[in-house]
Amino acid sequence: MIKNFFIYRFFLFFFIFFGRINECLSMKRLFKKNSLINRNPKFKGGLESILPLKSAFHSSVILIPVGKYMLSGSGLVGESWGMTAISALLITLLVFFYIRLRTNSLNNQKILLEEKVNLLAAQLKEKTEASIKLEEALVAAQKQLIQSDKLASLGQLTAGIAHEIQNPLNFVNNFSELSSELLDEFKQSELEDEKYQIIEDVRQNLVKIAYHGKRADSIVKGMLLQSRAASPEKMSTDINKLVEEFFTLAFHGMRAKEPGFNCTMEKHLEPNLPLLKIIPQDVSRVILNIFSNSFFAVDDRSKSEGKDFKPKVSITTKKTNGNVLISIRDNGKGIPKEIREKIFNPFFTTKPPGQGTGLGLSISREIIVEGHQGELQLDSVPGEFTEFNIKLPI
Amino acid sequence: MIKILVVDDERDVETLFSQRFRKEIRSGEVELNFAFNGEDALTYLHNLNPFDLVVVLSDINMPGMTGLELLKTIKSEYKELRVMMITAYGDEKNYKSAISIGADDFMTKPVDFNSLKNKVFKQ
Repeated sequence: MIKNFFIYRFFLFFFIFFGRINECLSMKRLFKKNSLINRNPKFKGGLESILPLKSAFHSSVILIPVGKYMLSGSGLVGESWGMTAISALLITLLVFFYIRLRTNSLNNQKILLEEKVNLLAAQLKEKTEASIKLEEALVAAQKQLIQSDKLASLGQLTAGIAHEIQNPLNFVNNFSELSSELLDEFKQSELEDEKYQIIEDVRQNLVKIAYHGKRADSIVKGMLLQSRAASPEKMSTDINKLVEEFFTLAFHGMRAKEPGFNCTMEKHLEPNLPLLKIIPQDVSRVILNIFSNSFFAVDDRSKSEGKDFKPKVSITTKKTNGNVLISIRDNGKGIPKEIREKIFNPFFTTKPPGQGTGLGLSISREIIVEGHQGELQLDSVPGEFTEFNIKLPI
Repeated sequence: MIKILVVDDERDVETLFSQRFRKEIRSGEVELNFAFNGEDALTYLHNLNPFDLVVVLSDINMPGMTGLELLKTIKSEYKELRVMMITAYGDEKNYKSAISIGADDFMTKPVDFNSLKNKVFKQ
């Protein structure tokens, strides 16, 4: 028994020693193949390489009696220590090679997995970079769209502005030419009464030239205010004046587009409203946008209902508690409920393609709500009216 | 004598036209009348007796009745009356609409009075 035990221990020792060297060699190969693992100090220790051998040892301890029993039971071997040694050797070898095989295949799988992880990481990095680029492009596109909407509202303005400038210019040009003609007449005149009349006419003309010059000036300033892209500042503004100015501009803008367009324009402006700290170009953009929509709406209804329909757009300003309320109302076709919910969404438009960017109202709401801590609400009864209410805090 | 009706919502046209035509007015060649919207212009025409008006000079862009609507009404009621449009919008669309409705001429602001006078006196 003692002899048996010694030989058995000898083999075990041999296997542990032999296996350890083998495992170390296979791990070395693994390190060489995979630089990622090589860089990881955790893999450099021998702990992992010993694990399969430990298993082999434990398995053989358990399996030797079983193997012995099986071999003896078959009648092929006796109870001699030689047989016991052979059986121990065979079983340990079997277990050892099985574990070795498994370890190798596991290592191979591990390498494959590492390669896959690396590949996925690279793909992820690529995708992240692509999505950052996409996001940048999106932001740029969005900026461009907002700018193009700005240009569209500027386009609405240009026609109105052209009209509003040509009229004062007509007076400036003609009255100045006339005044110089009148002064020539003054030189030639010999009648005191006539001379006095000429001087009076020239004086009157100069007053008119100055008035119409200023009128053109304020229109150009209004246009510049609209086109300026730099971050604007809040300033004390007379809301009634702003609203009136853009009511006229929007009307002329519409007239320029639709020469036959006609509409009753009502103004109910509460006098002595407090000045509001607003960004005038932003708020005027909102007002212009809503006016343009209103004119478009009444024109649309006018076209489908004909002469019996009396188009009307009205503007009301009044002071409510802590706010100034600006209401713009038209008697167009109105807005159905299902559309009312979407109307402030970006890119939503009911206008034919090419006629609206679909950004007007979404930008308007942003300007009023985000930019001025106000409210922009919509009220409409289809077939009767549409009313936009802008509340701006005092 | 040429009797002219000027239709424009800009009040200062009265002073401007009166001064521009001052010599013709003094000599009795021209008589100027003014209306500041389309409706008033039609009322003026309807009340005119005897009907001795020669030419209407009308703006297009006016609140209420537009110059084009006025033109249409005048051409349907007074076929022979000359109507010249004077507008701040010199665009193709306005021009074509005016001519197709029957405008006798189309001028843009700022008004060139020499050319206007040539057209008015050329009968």
